Amino acid sequence: MSAAQKVAKPTVTILAAISKAYRDALAEDSKVITLGEDIGDAEGGGIVKITKGLSASFGEERVRSTPIAEQAIMGAAIGASLAGYKPIAEIMLMNFTTVAMDMIVNHAAKLRFMSGGQTSVPIVIRTMTGLGFGSGGQHCDYLEAWFAHTAGIKVCAPSTPEDAYGLLRAAIEDPDPVIFIENLPTYFTPMSFELPDNSHRVPLGKAAVQREGSDVTLVSYARMAVEARMAAAKAAEQGISVEVIDLRTIAPWDRETVLASAQKTGRVLIAHEAVKQHGVGAEIAAVINEELFGQLKKPVKRLGGAFCAVPYSKPLESAFAPDAASILAAIVQLAS
Amino acid sequence: MADKQFVADSPALLDIYKRAALLKANDERARKVILSGQVAMAYYSYRGQEIIPSVMGNVLRDDDTICTIYRGIHDMLGKGFPLKELWAELAGRSTGSCKGKGGPMHLTYPPKGIMVTTGIVGSSAPIANGLAWAAQLDKSDRVSVCTFGDGASNIGAVHEAMNLASVWKLPTIFVCQNNLFAEHTKFEKMTGGQNIANRADGYGMPGVRVDGNDPEAMYSAFAEAVARARAGEGPTLLECMTFRFFGHNFGDDDSYIPPEQKAAAMEADPVPRFRARLIADRIASEDELAAFESDVEGQISEALEFALSSPWPTADELRFDVFEKEIAA
Repeated sequence: MSAAQKVAKPTVTILAAISKAYRDALAEDSKVITLGEDIGDAEGGGIVKITKGLSASFGEERVRSTPIAEQAIMGAAIGASLAGYKPIAEIMLMNFTTVAMDMIVNHAAKLRFMSGGQTSVPIVIRTMTGLGFGSGGQHCDYLEAWFAHTAGIKVCAPSTPEDAYGLLRAAIEDPDPVIFIENLPTYFTPMSFELPDNSHRVPLGKAAVQREGSDVTLVSYARMAVEARMAAAKAAEQGISVEVIDLRTIAPWDRETVLASAQKTGRVLIAHEAVKQHGVGAEIAAVINEELFGQLKKPVKRLGGAFCAVPYSKPLESAFAPDAASILAAIVQLAS
Repeated sequence: MADKQFVADSPALLDIYKRAALLKANDERARKVILSGQVAMAYYSYRGQEIIPSVMGNVLRDDDTICTIYRGIHDMLGKGFPLKELWAELAGRSTGSCKGKGGPMHLTYPPKGIMVTTGIVGSSAPIANGLAWAAQLDKSDRVSVCTFGDGASNIGAVHEAMNLASVWKLPTIFVCQNNLFAEHTKFEKMTGGQNIANRADGYGMPGVRVDGNDPEAMYSAFAEAVARARAGEGPTLLECMTFRFFGHNFGDDDSYIPPEQKAAAMEADPVPRFRARLIADRIASEDELAAFESDVEGQISEALEFALSSPWPTADELRFDVFEKEIAA
């Protein structure tokens, strides 16, 4: 990093990175197509403008606004992929995947297997979610565990502009269906100095060690990785060395990186915004237990959302999910 | 009077009959094979519905695609699914079209455009639209057919799909095979308006109710829908009236079908009726048809033998085809 950049403020957001990934993918490969509610320019280019300008540049046949009909959206994406296209289907909010679960789970995820490999469904389902805007119980759930539990679909949830770009490009090129989860509240936070180059890729299934440490391993993803980085910085001030792992891909997750770190520190904390019960953290904790029993200094600790619908009222919403403060408290407890 | 180009000529009628005869023979064999214990499978007999897919198979090209449902072996055989790969898949063998991983409800055979068989009522329709969208993007005149039953016409996916096909002007042909029973429930009891074709109006596309057991009427309606789709004029909904001779799935108690209705339908069995008509009109001779039918029986026997002598898949296969790359053991 140059001296000039050290004083400059970051300008690049996750939103801008995803937008660029879209544009680059459409420009580089005529088989890339996209569909979703309001994504065309006539409809404003998407509710957060990620797809703004794409239908003007690439045509309304490749960048297609749809009715509010998630089963129709997913079915059209699946069908086009069976014929050799690489569709990006936008399901505006993750809760809306619930009305397209048959298409996603019974069809997108299973057609390759059920056809004995004769067909494949190389689609990307882009969807956004996350609490923070007071959207209440049906607009901000993290439902990644449902998809991670489904054989045949991959699940990504980046937390930086570079990873968002690189993972989305990799997901579009991947031969299998990928659900790509974007965090709504952190879309607009400037985090980086430059948009990634169009050759940048982040391989699916590979975690990032975002901070090296020796006392505690902290595993997270999506917005909780942002909170995790803040908590780790605070912990360092207290003399606790935290290794921060951003999974980036939840399924398949990077067991090798997580287990190597867990072996090194002997103390593991997993944090996610999704409800804790039966969540992704439970799977990671179970694997660590299976592989490293006897080598751990403390039981694996999990932080996750409360077992209720995401509440509306601000104090309730804030209490629902972990944050940097509760992550820090858990780190201190583990390190003691 | 139908447009001349949509009238089945004699060679078309003979071809349609041959497909129907194969379908009928295959269904009869399947039921026997299950009863004999040679193959245990979930089986949804289509006996009585043979004319619809036989016409579709005649009109469609190999590159036209079809998405069908669990009661769909007639649709697939009509479209040219090879018997050996079919029977091996039904028997769960590694030589089946899907290596034994799909079975009777998920048969797939892309070389003949048989892209999806779904076990979920109504789910053929949204996916068929995607194949139609791909045809549009490819600037191809190929068409995308989805078949479903009268029961599926009441599920949301089909309605979402019909609306999208209409607003995107997709070359999708919605073929509802109305066999008058949704699983165990009578069509008229659960279908508002008592007419599925009429619903097309609401989506801004042509809807045609046709006697699906009448080869010529079925040909005219289907060929016209295909011609519209190939010309870029958009989707059509066909409601093809037919009847299912047996229960929802093989072995069920079909006492919910009134015996007199069933007897009348079997009396009017469309396949032998069509056969008699071809002979009466001198389109084919008794000898020619009998020779063909005997040959079909032989082909089915050969396919069954191939299936039963094929190896079972090994447990190792669980790791393959989940993703393109093998997954860890």
